[in-house]
Amino acid sequence: MTDEKQDASKESEKKQAEESESSGKSGAETEKSKKSRKKKRKKKKKDPRSKLFSLDRQPFVLSPSPHQYSEDSVPKIMWSVVGAVAPAAIMAVYYFGLPAVWMILACTFAALGTEVIINKIKGEGLTIGDGSAAITGLLLALTLPPSFPVTGGILGSVFAIAIGKQIFGGLGANIFNPALLGRAFLQASFPVTMTTWTLPNTAKFSGVDAVSAATPLGQFKFEQIMTNYGDLLVGNIGGSLGETSAIAILLGGIYLLVKKYADWRIPVSFLGSVFLLGGLFWLINPSQYPDPVFHLLSGGLMFGAFFMATDMVTSPITPKGAWIFGAGAGLILIVIRIWGGLPEGVMYSILLMNSVTPLINRYTRPKVFGEVRA
Amino acid sequence: MKFPTFSKGVHPSDHKEYTNTKSIEFMPLPEEVFVPVQQHIGAPDDPVVERRDEVKTGQVIGRSDKYVSSPVHSPVTGKVKKIDSFLHPMGSKVTMIQIQRTGEDEWDLLDHPDRWEDASVDELRQLIWDAGIVGLGGAAFPTHVKLAPPEEKPVDSFILNGCECEPYLTSDHRAMVEMTDKILTGMSIIMKTLGVENGYIGIEDNKPDAVEAMNDRVRDLGMDYTVMALETKYPQGAEKMLIKSVLDRKVPAGGLPMDVGTVVNNVGTAIAVAEAFTEGKPLVQRVVTITGDGIAEPKNVMARIGTPFQSLIDFAGGLKEEATQVFMGGPMMGMAQHDLSIPVIKATSGIICSREATITKMNTYPCIQCGACVDACPMNLVPTRLAKFSEQKMIEAMEQYDIDSCVECGSCAFACPSHIPLVQWIRVGKYRVNESRDKQAA
Repeated sequence: MTDEKQDASKESEKKQAEESESSGKSGAETEKSKKSRKKKRKKKKKDPRSKLFSLDRQPFVLSPSPHQYSEDSVPKIMWSVVGAVAPAAIMAVYYFGLPAVWMILACTFAALGTEVIINKIKGEGLTIGDGSAAITGLLLALTLPPSFPVTGGILGSVFAIAIGKQIFGGLGANIFNPALLGRAFLQASFPVTMTTWTLPNTAKFSGVDAVSAATPLGQFKFEQIMTNYGDLLVGNIGGSLGETSAIAILLGGIYLLVKKYADWRIPVSFLGSVFLLGGLFWLINPSQYPDPVFHLLSGGLMFGAFFMATDMVTSPITPKGAWIFGAGAGLILIVIRIWGGLPEGVMYSILLMNSVTPLINRYTRPKVFGEVRA
Repeated sequence: MKFPTFSKGVHPSDHKEYTNTKSIEFMPLPEEVFVPVQQHIGAPDDPVVERRDEVKTGQVIGRSDKYVSSPVHSPVTGKVKKIDSFLHPMGSKVTMIQIQRTGEDEWDLLDHPDRWEDASVDELRQLIWDAGIVGLGGAAFPTHVKLAPPEEKPVDSFILNGCECEPYLTSDHRAMVEMTDKILTGMSIIMKTLGVENGYIGIEDNKPDAVEAMNDRVRDLGMDYTVMALETKYPQGAEKMLIKSVLDRKVPAGGLPMDVGTVVNNVGTAIAVAEAFTEGKPLVQRVVTITGDGIAEPKNVMARIGTPFQSLIDFAGGLKEEATQVFMGGPMMGMAQHDLSIPVIKATSGIICSREATITKMNTYPCIQCGACVDACPMNLVPTRLAKFSEQKMIEAMEQYDIDSCVECGSCAFACPSHIPLVQWIRVGKYRVNESRDKQAA
């Protein structure tokens, strides 16, 4: 099409050149020809087709096809994720009280603030409206232990946005999940406070402010104590702010899957591979290894599988890639939980898989329609 | 009930309610027509009339000797006023023959056999060529070429494309309801030309009345064609998708339908074929849907080729005050127009007048790697990567990622939550790839 346009414009140029040549042939006639040219111009201005029919209201807006779009947009997706995380956040507040509220607010606003400052430095428009910074702050807050200092949370949020996201070029350009990168930074900087857990401040412990305790995973790993499934499901256990209640996470997670704002293959393959591999070890030695259901319900696995691993930016874009991504994360998780020094491995499993996402994308390109590849 | 379909694709809201119950109206003959001499993919025609020539309806006014070409005929009886370049719906100025109508139709009919059943295959093909019939689905490929597959590629099935998967358009839909017999005649002629036995009619399930009408007539006339309702999904009407849905055959990448023994033709093409053989009329008119929330009285009309858009819009009650965009074709692949003096061409399936210019309200965001485009692309491409490569002029990468397979259906851009003009970038990319190939060849 561009070709045609160019040709057309070339043609018109030629015509003009010819006209000017012929008019410039004799100097005496210059004025005359000028007049006639003026006349010609006038004629040209008046559209000859206007006699034929009323040309109403031109021109119209030009735009490339398609002219119709789906109703999804980036802000809609991001704010939906915020909504999906809400049940887990509410449970965090219910179990851990005001400190949870402060932590969530501080991290979210710190993330938004950092985003604004970097927007200003870069001299670009504000990007906090797209919701991605808010979701980073919120997710980070919910992965922190209840007794973690708020200032630490703020520090983590600043790191998450500045180093985790903006340094790569902002939304869509980061390799690692910013919230998890923020958490990894805190884990490295404050290893003790990051692994100090308190029990939920429920009726059972009324009067007692915060009881220091291990998480179910820690209890099992270091003391072989099992926590019952009921507590794991509702979240009446020790653990990070948002990760304790499996039910609340499932509620939001399923909403995301139904709305297709998260690729269902990722949680399915992540949880599935943990279940299978965990089950394998359990079958080998039930007294040493926990059963697969315990693996699924304890620690940050549910939270990570539904809200962290499914982060669109850092997970593969191809369907096959999503399977590999989830299964790979599950494998790493089991390796860390079974042989690692840490009781938990969600964060590292996802971060490690993030790092190979570009590679996965490259090698899982769907087969083009009709192509038979060897 | 689950209808057959292809994988991936998108579900745009179809907006067909404006015109899907409105009978086709015959538009009064236009006072003046502008007929582009080239209305097909292939070699351009040369005008064979001159200024001030008297022409009859159906008289040849442009032709070429090249095989991949198709003649154009005068759509009215009148006098040639001018042969000049005028604005074309595709955006550039092209040579058109302007004819001033002088009276009612005086037909210059084609020599056609009394009974098409008795004609030889060569006669059939020749008449289809002479009648100026090209694919009316939008690509405008000369039909006589399509109906002459090379011997090494035997064709065993013919599919009549009644999908009309583009939102808004209802011209094929109404034709199937109202001109059922003509369509079936055209289909039979095409199948005789191809020498095939298996005939299929694919229609999206959002046109139950069309499915029923076709089915009833096929049964009444004792034909053994298979009428198939297909899932309503865009782009169901794309040749390769349609063949997958109907026959479960996959056209190889870079290949043609005939590689899997199939030929696909549009409903409108079948009508044109039938009219050429039963009435001797060359292709000078077609059904056009004038629709959208920006037009006063949406309708389906039978309009002469060359009629300016403005005349059709006037016939449909004119534009509403708030109309801001006009497209030729559907909203997924159609072209936005800025000037209503452009004429109806053989590929004009509809004119959509819209009150909202969606593009002016949309914010673009960076790609968030959501994979929506990958889930949408019916050709199984990775549109986001292709767009990126195109932007960065990475020719080899584009070729590796099979940019040639893109059918430019626009599903990726439709699905993209960041509103990145993916298909536009891919078009640019294709252009860049071809440019570099030309350079290498030179």
